[in-house]
Amino acid sequence: MRFFFFHLMPYAALDPDYDQTHKSAWVTLPNSYYDPEIGADLYNRYLDELEYAAELGFEGIGVNEHHQNAYGLMPCPNVFAGMLARRIPKTTKIAILGRALPVLSNPLSVAEEFAVLDNVTRGRIITGFVRGIGAEYHSLAVNPTESHARFHEAHDLIVQSWTRDGPFAFEGKYYNFPYVNLWPRVYQKPHPPIWIPSQGSSETIAFAAHPDRRYVYLQTATPAVLLFRYMQAYRDEALRMGYQASPDQLGWSVKIHVGETDEIARREAKPHVEAFANKFLRMPPEMLLPPGYTSIASMKRIQEAKKTITGGARTMEQMIEQGTFICGSPQTVIDQLADYQRRGGFNIVMAGLHYGTLPAELTRKNMELFAREVMPALRDATAPANIAAAAAE
Amino acid sequence: MSDTTEITIAGCRTVLRQAGNGPPLLFLHAEHGGGWPPLLQSLAQRCTVIAPDLPGFGGSETPDWLDNIHDLALFTLELLEALDLRNVTLVGSALGGWVAAEAALRDRSRLARLALLNPMGIQVKGLNAADPFLATPEETVAANFHNAPQPTDEADLDTQLKNRHAFARMAWAPRLHDPHLLKWLHRLRLPTLILSGAADRVVPPANGAAFAAAIPGARHLVLPACAHLAELDAPEAVLAALQTFIAEPTP
Repeated sequence: MRFFFFHLMPYAALDPDYDQTHKSAWVTLPNSYYDPEIGADLYNRYLDELEYAAELGFEGIGVNEHHQNAYGLMPCPNVFAGMLARRIPKTTKIAILGRALPVLSNPLSVAEEFAVLDNVTRGRIITGFVRGIGAEYHSLAVNPTESHARFHEAHDLIVQSWTRDGPFAFEGKYYNFPYVNLWPRVYQKPHPPIWIPSQGSSETIAFAAHPDRRYVYLQTATPAVLLFRYMQAYRDEALRMGYQASPDQLGWSVKIHVGETDEIARREAKPHVEAFANKFLRMPPEMLLPPGYTSIASMKRIQEAKKTITGGARTMEQMIEQGTFICGSPQTVIDQLADYQRRGGFNIVMAGLHYGTLPAELTRKNMELFAREVMPALRDATAPANIAAAAAE
Repeated sequence: MSDTTEITIAGCRTVLRQAGNGPPLLFLHAEHGGGWPPLLQSLAQRCTVIAPDLPGFGGSETPDWLDNIHDLALFTLELLEALDLRNVTLVGSALGGWVAAEAALRDRSRLARLALLNPMGIQVKGLNAADPFLATPEETVAANFHNAPQPTDEADLDTQLKNRHAFARMAWAPRLHDPHLLKWLHRLRLPTLILSGAADRVVPPANGAAFAAAIPGARHLVLPACAHLAELDAPEAVLAALQTFIAEPTP
């Protein structure tokens, strides 16, 4: 098993009663709720935590991108990667998961930023390509009905800019450049790894698994039962396309809390993980699912099920039960991760060891227990050969 | 009631509803989708009313070429040619009003007059209008109707989602307008009536006033007790205004 540390950088000082007057912590939550003095402290603390993770021996550290919200304060993940690049050991990777290609006006500048980071770190970056969540299309006023088409075109542009000799013309519908000629060229050959974080859309899984790409598929925020299904869908798609997917092509992004005992872990985590789920993630369906962001068929399934993904308070116990949160003593966490790996067949764990309002001292303790007690026990753990049978359990 | 037929325009299978006798009136529906509301039935007593489901909406196909409002404008012109309609009263509501204005700007040779109900298409800065894309279903009903709230259409969920998708494709960004429309509206040399619902929060009356001010000779009429979907919310008032307008001799 391979371990990465992932940070979302929420505005942890958010007044929890904001939801008595506002629908969501996204898009329209007045930024008067943000205090720059507190925010400056949080940013520096969070960057310290990412640097500390590198010291603790994680294979890499992860940052991501969200816009105009209290849930994650990293609108510009490459800036954060840049701040970290020369502060961490020369062996630690930086995973930028990802850049939300369709909502950015110029994907060629994204290709440039990644190329610079790739050179400075001598090839220690992992890039992530995402569409962004639905709220991003409100925040940045990008047409969600163009989301898929823009994503694919931006992807093609960036990969070509990294792999083809310039200058060449890129003649797309949304992006049209007479001269694509990247300075600097990328450091890694043929190009930096591309990971695809996703909530499990079948189109995205098929895109990532395609034999020309074989991108790492990183499952985000999903109950365990769906995790197993999506991982199997990736392997099935690979087989259908004529090859066997490796467990190193599959990852899971999950929030984890380790305490000395199960009881201590749950006591420490409960208010903070419930704040994450019920305050920071709070979003009405109109915000989460703008037209065109998902297919009409998926939209219909969601509406008919009357599921407001973010509606209704969730308890920590429900999250643990569903497998969207792993919490307990080191042994409990080891057993749980080993079991999920056995049934999910993934090698990569993107551990969210800070979440919601978890304070600094508990975050450090969580990171230390995870790095010292959990990671060594699982470092040699691998997905079973007969994964299909295990996944079906 | 209306006869429903299909016609293929620019490769797009298009649903058309038609009823009545007399001079032609082409009605372009609002963003909630097409149909045959009582207003059209009333208009059909004096006109030949033709109401397509615009491409991307209702029973019509969603063609690959449907990218922006200009595609719907050119579709409208192609439809007028295919049906060989002349001396047409072109009426559009909300999103359909925007389409009608864009079409008339490009080619008014088959048009006699233009009537726009709460038309989208231009932006009046600082109006702080309601955002139809962030509104909850309840807020949408409140924005669309001043009088007794009614379902915007009987359409099944598939059609509602389809219409919403097409609406977003046309109007998400720039939000509900084309920044290049207002500056050319002065070329709209056609008898034009703009109707605004006094209670429309999506396209407030100030927007209709600016629309009319940009078109030489256009009139702006504000209907009291009327919200965004005027043809459903205040059909009698809209009918009276349209009948008066149609009865006026054209130059």
